[in-house]
Amino acid sequence: MSAPVLEVQDLQKHFPVGTGSVLRRKTGWVKAVESVNFTIEAGQTLGLIGESGCGKTTTAKLILLQERPTAGTIKFEGEDIGGLRGEALMRYRRAVQVVFQDPFGSLSPRMRVGDIIAEPLEIHSDLTRAQLQERVAEVLELVGMSPDVAKLFPHEFSGGQRQRIAIARALATDTRLIVLDEPVSALDVSIRAQNINQLEHLQDTLGVSYLFIGHDLATVAHISQRIAVMYLGHLVEIADSAELCAHPLHPYTQALLIAALPAHPDVKQERLAIIGEIPSALAPPSGCRFHTRCPHAMPRCSTEVPVSKEVAPGHAVACHLY
Amino acid sequence: MSITIVERKIAAQAGSPSQRKRFNAREWPVLPLLILVPFVVAALFAEVIAPYDPTQPVAGATYFLPPFWMEGGSLHTLLGTDFQGRDILSRLIFGARVSLIVGVMGTVVAGGLGTAFGILSGYLGGWVDQVIMRVTDAWLALPALVFAIFLATLLGPSMWNIVTILGLVYWTRYARVIRGEVLSLREREYVKLAEIAGASRTRVILRHILPNVMNTAMVLGSLTIGVVIIAEASLSFLGVGVPPPEPAWGLMLSEARSTLMAGKWWLTVFPGVCILLVVLATQLFGDWLRIRLDPQLRNL
Amino acid sequence: MGAPFLEVRNLQTHFSTFGGSRVVKAVDGISFTVREGETLGLVGESGCGKTTTCLSIVGLLPAAARVVGGEIRLAGEDLTKKSQREMRRIRGRLVAMILQDPMASLNPLFSIYTQVAEPAYYHLGMRSRSLRRRVEELLRSVRIPSPAMRMRNYPHQMSGGMRQRIVGAIALAGGPKLIIADEPTTNLDVTIQAQYLDLLKDIQQETGVAIIFVTHNLGIVAKMCDRMAVMYAGKIVECGAVRDLFRAPQHPYTKALLGSTAKLGSKEPLFAIPGQPPDLANLPSGCAFHPRCSEAMQRCSEQEPETVQCGQDWTARCWLTHTKESLRHERASA
Repeated sequence: MSAPVLEVQDLQKHFPVGTGSVLRRKTGWVKAVESVNFTIEAGQTLGLIGESGCGKTTTAKLILLQERPTAGTIKFEGEDIGGLRGEALMRYRRAVQVVFQDPFGSLSPRMRVGDIIAEPLEIHSDLTRAQLQERVAEVLELVGMSPDVAKLFPHEFSGGQRQRIAIARALATDTRLIVLDEPVSALDVSIRAQNINQLEHLQDTLGVSYLFIGHDLATVAHISQRIAVMYLGHLVEIADSAELCAHPLHPYTQALLIAALPAHPDVKQERLAIIGEIPSALAPPSGCRFHTRCPHAMPRCSTEVPVSKEVAPGHAVACHLY
Repeated sequence: MSITIVERKIAAQAGSPSQRKRFNAREWPVLPLLILVPFVVAALFAEVIAPYDPTQPVAGATYFLPPFWMEGGSLHTLLGTDFQGRDILSRLIFGARVSLIVGVMGTVVAGGLGTAFGILSGYLGGWVDQVIMRVTDAWLALPALVFAIFLATLLGPSMWNIVTILGLVYWTRYARVIRGEVLSLREREYVKLAEIAGASRTRVILRHILPNVMNTAMVLGSLTIGVVIIAEASLSFLGVGVPPPEPAWGLMLSEARSTLMAGKWWLTVFPGVCILLVVLATQLFGDWLRIRLDPQLRNL
Repeated sequence: MGAPFLEVRNLQTHFSTFGGSRVVKAVDGISFTVREGETLGLVGESGCGKTTTCLSIVGLLPAAARVVGGEIRLAGEDLTKKSQREMRRIRGRLVAMILQDPMASLNPLFSIYTQVAEPAYYHLGMRSRSLRRRVEELLRSVRIPSPAMRMRNYPHQMSGGMRQRIVGAIALAGGPKLIIADEPTTNLDVTIQAQYLDLLKDIQQETGVAIIFVTHNLGIVAKMCDRMAVMYAGKIVECGAVRDLFRAPQHPYTKALLGSTAKLGSKEPLFAIPGQPPDLANLPSGCAFHPRCSEAMQRCSEQEPETVQCGQDWTARCWLTHTKESLRHERASA
């Protein structure tokens, strides 16, 4: 069994919160990510789902080395990325890319599409102009666009097409993991399906892995083999997507499923049992972060943080009910 | 109900909306160009256009000849002559060259320095930012003109010295604005993507930041030209600008101010009007440029 | 369902830009009805004209846009013929709007009380104690905890979900009979969205207000709406009961939209509509959808389809349906 593409162990990220601009006095911590564990296998997609303040964006930043973890390890193909420097760091950057949510902000407006896609290649390799052009044409075809578009500028394309260009750029080097941060949320409904299909097709053809961050459970479940649910920095449940949708164990996951919009007007609608607003990440509840809104809360939940337990093969949940 | 899954390849040219560039009169900055083009032509072809040598008195003419439409004026010297008998019109034409060169080149120097420092300050942050910003603070605290005079007396008068001086005086305003722009650009996703892809800071600055501040830099530039021209005129007026007998509008004003009271208005009004028109035109052009460039960016 | 409250007939709203040289037909001849107490979903993607339709109804079109044809009958009166002054008496009183971004809808400088009280103050003439009571009542009906205390807060002290509920309270303050909600939950988290939609449903039960729910999300339509109108390139391509359209959609665009939505638990490949949404300034000939339609016929690229009745209170604008219906009529009369 080859090593998983990505292995995250006890990942933790705390941001200091301070006052004053010159001499910052620390007044507290934002515990953005707290002991998160998951793995992504080669050629598989892990969906990361959660609402505001859950820590999914911070997790992505940690994986992309935009931030350094306060504790825990991230291993890429068996190698700890925390200590990477120089040549090894460049190799990591070549293998792990990202696609952001906003199709209009992710492409440099003054560069041609061909140059945008070629940029990672220019940084990491010494290909000649002709070789670069060839590779650019290759990836453009992979995402279903004609190689002729390389001459054009981003503003001549629609949102969905720009996202595809962003995906092409993410694939230009021999990428093995793409972090997709809500890649279709900003697109029109009719275009979303095109892009999701494209991503799935690319995974089948190239064997690239995805970390798919989203908020629409149906879309995430469609593209991911496994789903991890986060709430206020904690990973509350992780399972295969079919299993998660059929047998959600954590009350929060159950709430997400109830809150998910129906596919048909005749589907029976349950009312959401959870109450109140999502607490602020600056002052999270004690013990289990979800206990303030949980319909099954017990006294234990407000004092003890639940530990993640494997309840069924491949299905782990962090809840005192189990 | 069956849905046939049809996946057609999308043709090369995207079917997305793009602004078709149709030039109608509203789109051109008519007024600024109407004013500036003659001046630029005058500056470029001064030797050909000007009727006389601006530094020599006109042969056979008297001093203080009024413009041709007044009594005593002559058609040989359309706008009159000055206290040395030199043709005002020729001096204005050659003066355009000085003013425009100093204005444009001074702005280029100021813009170049200001943009460079603004980008470094905004993008690198940290102590680089602090140092540059404190320097600009101190620089800005000095009154521009006084500082220019100081430098002029240090470096000695000559056209290129004046260009350098004005550049040194005015770069700080540029740096401030560009820094602000870079601060927001730095957070754009395409910059972050380049960083994630492993681009070096130099690369990010040259390929991503610089092209995107060019718009602001150009608009600032067109607005600065007016300021620099007036500064040059002020310096000339005070006698530390471009040295005589080279004609400069400010110098013409300065040399003639005592004669204004004596009723020889044409010696001061014409150069004054030229300064007014050119500065007005550059300001209007800068405004037009700003509006023109902005909505396009919003359409992207 | 009650009597028809809002009747839009053949509404046309055009945008003219570049000094009149470019005209965009944002809304090109749409007709629909909203009855008292019913929820109509106005579905479509960006650029289809649904927001322009709403702005046309309340008379708040931007300067470049104008209603150039058709009528909007609210409680019997034609809104297109009204002056701004008359519209001011209608907005907030008969028709209210809820917009997408709650932070932009609330004035950061004024307290919650001031903002919720405003419609009641102007339209219902309420003052002091009765006004205070009304505001408390409204805040309670949108489930803001401790309303008496919260009244004194400011928008920045509240979360996104709460702000959107306060916007709802403002909308209800004047006692309107119709609320136009333009994608009110797009910026909200999933669970907050669910709470909000449940709230809207409850409010509708209590007050009998009619709702036009503008969205691109068919899940919301399935959950909230009784009837739906699907818009594409400024026209309504299909309109009818939500159940009917979900069960047997007539127009290929409706079919495509339904097919392209991911369904929980299903890994079936999504139906991807090829091509791009059209440029309104450069519409294709004939039916605007034909370049992307898998069932397009020759006629579709030549002639714009007419609206056809395909069932009880169910219309579609498609040559396919036209053919189907004419065949049905022939057989029926034969």
